[in-house]
Formats: sequence, structure tokens, C-alpha cells
Amino acid sequence: MSDSLCATTVRITGDGGDEIEAYLARPQEDGRRGGVVVIHHLPGYDRATKEMVRRFAELGYDAICPNLYSREAPGAAPDDAAAVARANGGIPDARLVGDVAGAAAYLRALPTSNGRAGVIGHCSGGRQSVLAACELDLDAAVDCYGAFVTGTPPDEFPLKMTNLVDKLPGLRAPLLGLFGEADRFPSPSEVAELDQILSDHGKEFEFHSYEGAGHAFFAVDRPSYNVAAANDGWERIAAFFAKHLGA
Amino acid sequence: MCTYLTVKAEIDGSAKGPGGSWMHVSDATVYFDHPVHAMAEHTLNIDFTDPSRDPAARVAVELTAESARRLVAAIQEALAAVPEEMLT
Repeated sequence: MSDSLCATTVRITGDGGDEIEAYLARPQEDGRRGGVVVIHHLPGYDRATKEMVRRFAELGYDAICPNLYSREAPGAAPDDAAAVARANGGIPDARLVGDVAGAAAYLRALPTSNGRAGVIGHCSGGRQSVLAACELDLDAAVDCYGAFVTGTPPDEFPLKMTNLVDKLPGLRAPLLGLFGEADRFPSPSEVAELDQILSDHGKEFEFHSYEGAGHAFFAVDRPSYNVAAANDGWERIAAFFAKHLGA
Repeated sequence: MCTYLTVKAEIDGSAKGPGGSWMHVSDATVYFDHPVHAMAEHTLNIDFTDPSRDPAARVAVELTAESARRLVAAIQEALAAVPEEMLT
């Protein structure tokens, strides 16, 4: 397999038929392969997230990250766009689902597509990855420490968000969950609750919780970065997507 | 974690923003969450903005929890030292 790839900004059709910005990275070689939708975290469509998109291309997938803040702040710097989105109360769940649907459809329409598409997100994107896999026909989903998949957001949270407990029986894709044992959101007990719910409903899933790792252990540009957890996590992700997306 | 916790306040004043230009600010968004730049897992972040302008028209600060408390105390102390008639 070659590690040559091509990365560029494209326009895709998102929720409600809106044209939104997205970052696309693809292996240069021909051949059929799966696609990966990367959901950026609350801090935005940033450099670190785009690095992950390119990494998935290097792993052999067509990968895309829709800019979830395209509507609020087109062309703005990622941190400024995130500030606008936050001040507006965050991204509505229904719009997120529509944007991920558009991104997955874009990948599946590529001439290199094998028809399969997965989704991955970190932090707020972890919750959104599970949400997308409950609402859309996807082939694999990865939740990296998404808070409030289970558990209850405090009432005073102005960002409109609920847990996904009611939706979990409808999970349509195998789920890989990667968590830090030292994380409090999601806490180990919330991860255990998710494990129990998915087991009760006979869902296909695989969870790994890393000792000594806190939240955001994949984030290479933050003090929370945990080398051992991140390295093992990337191995798990590669194996999971290889199994379900067939790169 | 992403705390998602966001508190907004209407304000009226000015801030020195991008490019060294002063601008009017009407909103403050206050949240405790991941910083973009500060070397801490979480910080108390404040965005001073005017939503009618471009998203880049923003003055942002990211403070450790302890330094945010010291800032609050300093603001309270400064305001408390001002004669009441000057505050109206």
C-alpha cells in the first residue's frame, strides 16, 4: 500500500440541502475502499482534526470531515467559528445527523468507494458519532470519550443536549468505544452503563478503557495527550475499520 | 471533558481586537472548557464579541480556574473602591 495521498477542501450537501465546507483526504492509488467521516470536536474544524483526516487516508480510506460550523461562520478561523457556535447554543442534533449523512453519501459516491462508510468522533464528536450510528445507515462507528451518551447533563447547561439512552436500541452499526479510566465525562460508571445497555440489546460493540488516561488522550496538541493510550487506540481503530469497512 | 457549560452576559464597552483595532463589544460568553492555547486541560474562557460583526471580531482569554477567581476578586475590589456616584 502506498502512503501517497491527496487532501483538499470540498463543498458537500449537508442537512437541509445546505452546501457546507468539508476537508477531504484520499489515497492516491486506485482501488475500492471504505470511507470514514470524521466529526470534529466542539473546539472546531481545526488543524489537529484535519491531521486525523489525513491519517485515515494514509490508512487507506477516503476520509472527510464536514465543517459543522460552515453556516454560522463561513471562512472564519476554527477557534472563532467555535466561539460563534458555542454562543449560539451549539449544533442541533438533527442538523449534525444531516451533515454526517451528506458526508457519508459523498464518500459512497466516490468512484473508489466500496459502498461502506464509518464514522468517528472525539469528545463532543464521540457522542455525535453514536448519534449518527443510531440515525443513519453506517457500517461502523467509533466513540472516543464522548460525554452524555449515557448520564444526565445538568439542567443549567445552556447548550441544548440530551443523552442518547432512548436512541441506543436503534444503534445500527458496530461500535468501538475508547475511554480513559481517569475521565469523569464520561465517567467509568457511565461507560459501564453504556456497556450494559448495548449488551441488553444484543448490539455488536467493543470497549477499551485505558488506565491512567483522562479525557482527550488522543489530542496531540493538549496536555491531556497520553502516548500509550493514543497509540493503542489508533491500533484498535485501524483494526476495527479494517474489519468493518474493508480497506 | 467538554463541559458544554456556557454562560452568556450582555455587556457594553470596548475591547482591543484583531489587528490592534478597538471595537464595541456587546456580548460576553463565559465557559469552562478546553482551551485553544493555554497549557491546561480546562480553563475559564471568556469571549468578548459583537455578534453583528465578523466571527474574527473577538477578544478571547483563557484563564486557569485560580487565576479567573483572582480576576473576579480584582474586578470586585476595583469596583468596590469607586465612589457610588461614579458608577451610575
